[in-house]
This record gives sequence, structure tokens and C-alpha cells, in this order.
Amino acid sequence: MKIAICVKEVPDPTAEKRIDPGTNRLVRTGENTLNPYDRHAIEEAVRIKESGVETEISIVLVGPASAARTVDKALAQGGDRSVHLADDGLADSDILATSRALAALLERDAYDLVLFGQQASDAECYVMAAAVAERLDRPCVSQAASLTLDGSTLRVKRQVETGYDTVEMPLPAVVSVSDAINEPRYPSLPAIMGAKRKPHEVLSLADAGIDPDTVGGAGSRTTVRGLSKPAGRGASVRIEDDGTAAEKILAFLVENKVVV
Amino acid sequence: MSATTSTKPIDPLDYLEIDTLLSDEERLIRDTVRAWVQDTIVPNVGDWFEEGTLPMSLAAELGRLGLFGMHLDGYGCAGASSVAYGLACLELEAGDSGIRSFVSVQGSLAMFAIWKWGSEEQKQQWLPAMATGERLGCFGLTEPDAGSDPGAMRTHARRDGSDWVLNGAKMWITNGSVADVAVVWAQTDDGVRGFLVERGTKGFTTPDIKKKLSLRASITSELVLADVRLPADALLPEVKGLRGPLSCLNEARYGIVWGAVGAGRACYEAALDYAKTRIAFGKPIAATQLQQQKLAEMATEVNRGLLVALQIGRLKDAGLVRPEHVSMGKFGNARGALEVARMARTVLGANGITLEYPVIRHMNNLESVYTYEGTHDVHALVIGGAVTGHQAFR
Ligand SMILES: Cc1cc2nc3c(=O)[nH]c(=O)nc-3n(C[C@H](O)[C@H](O)[C@H](O)COP(=O)(O)OP(=O)(O)OC[C@H]3O[C@@H](n4cnc5c(N)ncnc54)[C@H](O)[C@@H]3O)c2cc1C
Repeated sequence: MKIAICVKEVPDPTAEKRIDPGTNRLVRTGENTLNPYDRHAIEEAVRIKESGVETEISIVLVGPASAARTVDKALAQGGDRSVHLADDGLADSDILATSRALAALLERDAYDLVLFGQQASDAECYVMAAAVAERLDRPCVSQAASLTLDGSTLRVKRQVETGYDTVEMPLPAVVSVSDAINEPRYPSLPAIMGAKRKPHEVLSLADAGIDPDTVGGAGSRTTVRGLSKPAGRGASVRIEDDGTAAEKILAFLVENKVVV
Repeated sequence: MSATTSTKPIDPLDYLEIDTLLSDEERLIRDTVRAWVQDTIVPNVGDWFEEGTLPMSLAAELGRLGLFGMHLDGYGCAGASSVAYGLACLELEAGDSGIRSFVSVQGSLAMFAIWKWGSEEQKQQWLPAMATGERLGCFGLTEPDAGSDPGAMRTHARRDGSDWVLNGAKMWITNGSVADVAVVWAQTDDGVRGFLVERGTKGFTTPDIKKKLSLRASITSELVLADVRLPADALLPEVKGLRGPLSCLNEARYGIVWGAVGAGRACYEAALDYAKTRIAFGKPIAATQLQQQKLAEMATEVNRGLLVALQIGRLKDAGLVRPEHVSMGKFGNARGALEVARMARTVLGANGITLEYPVIRHMNNLESVYTYEGTHDVHALVIGGAVTGHQAFR
């Protein structure tokens, strides 16, 4: 079983996000790290491996050369090898362009299963898995809350608003896992120290056979035309506590028939 | 000299940008231990401290993380650098000195003694199981009447045929009653020797020491040895004399150089956070000159201590460290952390005396840290001896 996990390097999610007013883009010059949602995808792959299925876990990342650190972090979390597409020509890629690059990388090796985290903590788009699956022409399920392998069939419990859907699909397939699927483990010291020694493949666009005009700014079709703060919720009521806040909240809830 | 100044704002939590002196791998190890401590230790340790316990389920977790004997090579140990080991100690002690002690005693005292001075069979038998946390160890040097002066120990081992018979008592032994194996140092006709005493050996008991007001989330015991008969292969064959135990203490002390910075940092961060949110006379107390003076002192001490630790760590990794270096680190950093803790305590007002905040717990713990692994005075005498050439205490 060959599993690929597509991981992203994101600005430190605990730091405040800043938008550059000139470019309308997120400032990425601060501390960067592994997208926390991707840790759940890696953990799930490790669990499949630990269940006894012979598995090779590949970490796949599209990002600048400096993201090598994030690759090692992902390998420490659990991974056997990495494929890192690092090329200046990738700068300014949007979802369309990045999904093209990822799909090209994923087509180089015959992966049975491609896993994603549910979202990236920077752009919060939730759609990369679907975009890549579309390009690969593979079945795709998002918000997976559990995965069960049965030969070449994957059974996925999918979290929906009203409960769970159970979906069966043939491999190869693409799945984005929910952050409720598991509790990622802390990497052990030997795993951290061993990450550097695992096989690392670093590719340029030319190495990966990707036409530079189809990625980066040239291959992107989205532009940010303007930014604005979300409109406040019109009907909100602000209660300052002068000792009677509890009563006021209760009265509000009763009036709106939330409690009776 | 460059005349330009950085436009990067000051980070109150890494004032001198000491992070830039660490490698990616060192930072990842540090961040991992920090996150584990934040999740596992911080929310619970106040209760453990109050109850005077430390859950032994932590052993398996620490073992899985690879933190026991992490700076040793082979036998299932991770073989990390001294700086990486120091960073782990710092983060563990930012949680609680008791947790760091648990790990120090296992790795730097018990495992190190076996790793450095044990036979191949002893290493095979104990080290892999101790690295995973399946087996625990303790280190018995101090006695009721011999602390700073271990040469005055009364515990002795006498030969009887090929066996050894041990009599005596050890005091203040961390992990004593939970250990599967005790490294016990005893006088023999041949000078001080080390012995591996397994739990359950006839005549060997480990009553716990109660009523501590410091290091309460840590188990401290007596080791009582009444005609304890050991086979010849219980002896650590490779060392004779006080050099044996002192070599181990030097390892553990090195961890304290870092650990103390962690305890101090936790107190500084708690005080900074508190000062920014506590309003008195209509403004945050952080905006008052008196509290700022304290925060400035604390920030300076934490940064200074960390640089000292890092320098000693780099010396150690280069094979250039001397016990006198480690003494200076322990001397300066344990005192510095205690001063930070006391200052932080006052910033928190009444909240500074409860276990709802970490500060008084660290403050009380640091009283032990100040005393064990060589008292503050003894380290002063080591440094004094090194700078004057006159040994004042021996
Ligand atoms: C919580 C805790 C855990 C411990 N864990 C362990 C353990 O796991 N294993 C172990 O073996 N020990 C352990 N110890 C013991 C610790 O190492 C000793 O307490 C320490 O070495 C000091 O010894 P003492 O308490 O006998 O003090 P003493 O040596 O009696 O010192 C009393 C005072 O006299 C001063 N003094 C001593 N000699 C001189 C001198 N020459 N000149 C000037 N002043 C001097 C000291 O600085 C101190 O102020 C632990 C202690 C504590 C508190």
C-alpha cells in the first residue's frame, strides 16, 4: 500500500495573521510550520501502517526550498520518504495552479491512497483534496471521521451536519480527513532525529515535467480584488455586566424561545 | 561594526532571539517536549503537587517520546546532543521540577551509572527497558549524615564468599520506592563501589519521605539496607572511588542548569501575563514602574540563564566541558530561577500563593533544586576553588 500525504507549510497558526495591503496577500515572512490539520492525515496513515498493512508513507509538499524544515517535521510525525517540489516558478500559485502541481507529483508514483488534512490553517479553503482528485480522476471523500480498509475498498465514515454518511469507494482514492479522526501523537525523539536521514526527493518544475506556464502566477486564475471585514451581525445585543447580566441573558433566551 | 538596527519588534518570550542559536532539529525537539508538557503536565500538576503524587503512567509516555537516557548512545537510547537534552530538561521543568527530576534521575543518574560503569550484561539487562520506561531506577548516594560530604557515608558492603552483604541507609532518594533497580553507593575495603539492588531483594526496603513542602509531585524515599545479600555480578565493575557517583551527578547537574531556566521562564511568563491583565487603580499593573522593574529583572535573568546553559551545552557537545563549568551553571541558574520565582510571586498578589497558578509551586520546588545535586554553597566553593586555586571545602 502506497500512501501519499499532501502537506502544506503555513504561517505559525498561533501568530496573528497579517495581510500585505500592497499585494492583498497573507504575509508569510514570519515563522512557518506544518499545517496542523495535516498531522491528522499523517497520523491516520501511520495507524494504517501499524495495523499490519505493509505501507509506505510519502510526504508530498509544494513550497519554497525553505519548507524543507516542514518536510522534516512531517517525516518526524510519521513518513518514510518525501517529495518536495521547490521552484521559484511556483510563487503566487492559487488553488488551481497548486492542485495542478500536486496532481503532477502524485501521478509520478502509483499511490493507492492520497490523504489531505481538512483545511489549511492559513487560507482555510477546504477544497484542495477535491481539486486534486478531479485532476487525477479519482473518487474523493472529504471530512472523513474514520477509515477502514477492506482489500482494495476503502470505507469512510464522513461527518455531516446531521450525523455520519458511510461511503465505500475503490482504491486508488483521495480523502481529506477531519480533525476529529484521531489525536496525532507527539513525535518521538528518535523519529525527530531520524527525519533527516529518510530519503528526500527535491524536484524542480523541470524535474517533475511541469510546464512553468501552468503554475505560479501565470497558471493562476484568481486575483484578490479587494478586502473587507465581515459585516457585523446586525441583530446582536451587547450586554455589559452590571450585576444583572445573567437575568438579562435569561430574559433574552426566553424571549427568543431558545429556552422555555 | 554595523550601524543598522533591526526593525523586528522585541519578542517578550525570546527577548535576545536565542532561538536563532538553535538548529531546526533542536527547535523541533524543544517544541515537541513543550507541547507535550503543555498538554499532559500543566493542567494536572497542581493537583499532583497538592496530593503529593506523580502518576507512574507518565513513565511509558516519557519512554515512548524517547526522553529517558536520551543523551546516551545505544541500548535503545536516542543518542541526542547535550543541547537537545538540555532543551528537553528546560521544557520538562517549565512544567514542574518534579517531572524533570523524574527524568534526570532515570536518565542521568541511574541509566548513566549503568551505561558508564556497568558490565555488558548489566547494560543489556537494564538499559533498553529503562529507556522505554518499563523499568525505573533510582540513585542512592546521600545518607542521613552524609550529604555534601559523600565520603563520610556509612553504608558499607562486605564480601562474603563471592557475594556482597550491604548494610546502611540512604536518604532523600528520588524515585526510591518506585524504582525496579537502585544504584547504591557503599564503602568497601577497596573504596566506594556501586551496586545494583533490585526491588524485592531481602532486607531492602524503601519507605517514602512525607511532609515535604517542595517537589511534592515527585517521590522521595529512604533506602534501608539490612543485611542485603547481592551476587557478585550486582557490582558495577568499571569504577572505584567517589569518581563513580560524582561523574553521574555531573550529568544530572548539567540538566539542572537548563531545567532551572525552565522553571524561571514559567514564572516570568505567568507574571507577565498576570501583570498585563490585572487592573489596579484603573490601569494594568504592567503599566506601573514597580512591576515593570520586576518584569525587567525576570526577563533579563531568564535570557541570561539560557545563554549560560547553551554555552555549557555547546562546550559539552564539543567535549570541552569541565565540572567547574557545570557548577557555575547550576550556581547561577538555580539562584536566578529562585529569585525570578519569588519576584513573580509578588506580582501575582494573593493569586501568587495558590496552586491555581504555577508560581508558588515552582518557587517551593526551586528550594530543593537549590540544595540537591550539590548545594548552592558547595558550587560556590567549587567556583571559588577554580578561580583562586585554593580548595576551601575539602
Ligand atoms: C527533593 C530532594 C531529592 C533528592 N534526591 C536525591 C537522590 O535521588 N539521590 C541522592 O543521593 N540524593 C538526593 N538528594 C539529596 C541531596 O543531594 C542532598 O540534600 C544535598 O547533597 C545536600 O546534603 P544535605 O542535605 O545532607 O546537606 P548538608 O551537606 O548537611 O549541608 C547543610 C548545609 O551546610 C552547607 N555546607 C556543607 N558543607 C559545607 C562546607 N564545606 N562549607 C560551607 N558550607 C557547607 C550546605 O551548603 C548546606 O547549607 C535529594 C534532596 C532533595 C531535597
